[in-house]
Amino acid sequence: MVDWEALRLSLLLGSATVAILLPLAVLIGRWLAATRFRGRAVIEAALTLPLILPPTVIGFYLLVGMGPDSVVGQAWRGLFGTSLVFSFQGVLVASVLVNLPFAIQPCQRAFEAIGGEVRDAAAMCGLGLWQGLWRIELPLARSGIVTGAVFTFAHTLGEFGVVLMVGGSIPGETRTLALSIYDRVQAFDNDGAARMAAILLAIATVAVTISFAIGGQRRHG
Amino acid sequence: MSGVRAAVAHALCMLAALLLPSLAPSVHAQGAPRIAAAADLRPALTQLAAEFRRAGGGEVMITFGASGTLSRQLAQGAPFALFLSADEQLVFDLVRAGVAEGPGVALGVGQLAFVARRGSPLAGEVRRLGLAAAIQRAQIEHFAIANPAHAPYGARAAEVLRRTGLWDRLGGRLVLGETVSQALEFVLSGNAQCGIVAYALASDPALAGRLDLVPLPQSWHRPLVQRMVLIKRADPGARRFYAFLQTPAARRVFAHYGLVPPGGGAARGG
Repeated sequence: MVDWEALRLSLLLGSATVAILLPLAVLIGRWLAATRFRGRAVIEAALTLPLILPPTVIGFYLLVGMGPDSVVGQAWRGLFGTSLVFSFQGVLVASVLVNLPFAIQPCQRAFEAIGGEVRDAAAMCGLGLWQGLWRIELPLARSGIVTGAVFTFAHTLGEFGVVLMVGGSIPGETRTLALSIYDRVQAFDNDGAARMAAILLAIATVAVTISFAIGGQRRHG
Repeated sequence: MSGVRAAVAHALCMLAALLLPSLAPSVHAQGAPRIAAAADLRPALTQLAAEFRRAGGGEVMITFGASGTLSRQLAQGAPFALFLSADEQLVFDLVRAGVAEGPGVALGVGQLAFVARRGSPLAGEVRRLGLAAAIQRAQIEHFAIANPAHAPYGARAAEVLRRTGLWDRLGGRLVLGETVSQALEFVLSGNAQCGIVAYALASDPALAGRLDLVPLPQSWHRPLVQRMVLIKRADPGARRFYAFLQTPAARRVFAHYGLVPPGGGAARGG
């Protein structure tokens, strides 16, 4: 059997993560690419941490940091009357945090590749910062931005450890496809696990192929 | 630039000082027997391993997890010498598969407990009104149990909830821990208001000040016989620990955590 509800939830989580993270990643990536200041290394390191830390560490901090004894957990309850842990929103917060480096780094590399001369030229032509960004830089950085989006989406589908720690495996709310596969394996249902694993494999393959195809276009076009 | 370099050097020195203790010789002697045990046995088995060491038996290395997960790993050839399962059915399956030396020894009948954080009125309500009435009256947002799909205590907790008519009522408010330990952690951290976990785990003296618990009648669910079994080609150290766990002194420790062999008298209440 295939857990369609879990697949729907995974796709929703991936889309929502990309929607929230991509604008942030473009702005942060552009800022890091174009400015030089003391302490930049610290900020870059902090944004790369989720790539290095085990999901258990992130999961543990989120469980405590979003829990009912925490400022964030209490503020959320004050606003919405529900708990952040064990909810789709909580898993989304975790997903955005975990994916920061996956989204920011390709964007940053793309903006770095444009170089200061192009930016200066845009300014000379009387284009303001936002006009230059919109008409010159974004089109040039397109492949990096798409790569960031694709990697973020694919990585969210595969996220397991953090969701296992803060999700509570609630069907339709926090039981993603990766968790559902794990459940099937633990319950000795290899057929179910194999079918769902094949779906994830297919999605990941398509996503990464798209990203490379777009990256290749820019080099040859 | 020299300021940056000094800061980096400083940070590296701090890190080295932090990691220095990890260079000390490991407490796990080489060749210590490897044991796989159900998550609910952590308090009892940690105490028993310490007593075994004091009695000159040496170190044992224990891995705790969901019994279903561990038995799965054992069937795939995981290098454990002794398996303590929360559900004897898993032991019988391993014996049939030729992985374990049957039939093993029953440790006790597992008991369930309703748990809530100390200071919550829920445990008092459950004592006063009974489980079903108390939960129906309370405003529960999240109720934690272990995952019924692969944790024996989760399956039994689900039976209790169905029997009391709470299963449908709780519905999407049930949160599932990977093991019975994680379900308890959800309650301890306050993320779930209450839950049903193993009495053997919740009665850990280390949690006494943080938890209220109400033992639930064993007649509410199918018996959950905990059983241990040696894995084929187990080393002598593991065999010694296996024998030690059957001594009267060890039995008393298990009994203290509510684990009494089937037909071995009534389980303790809380």
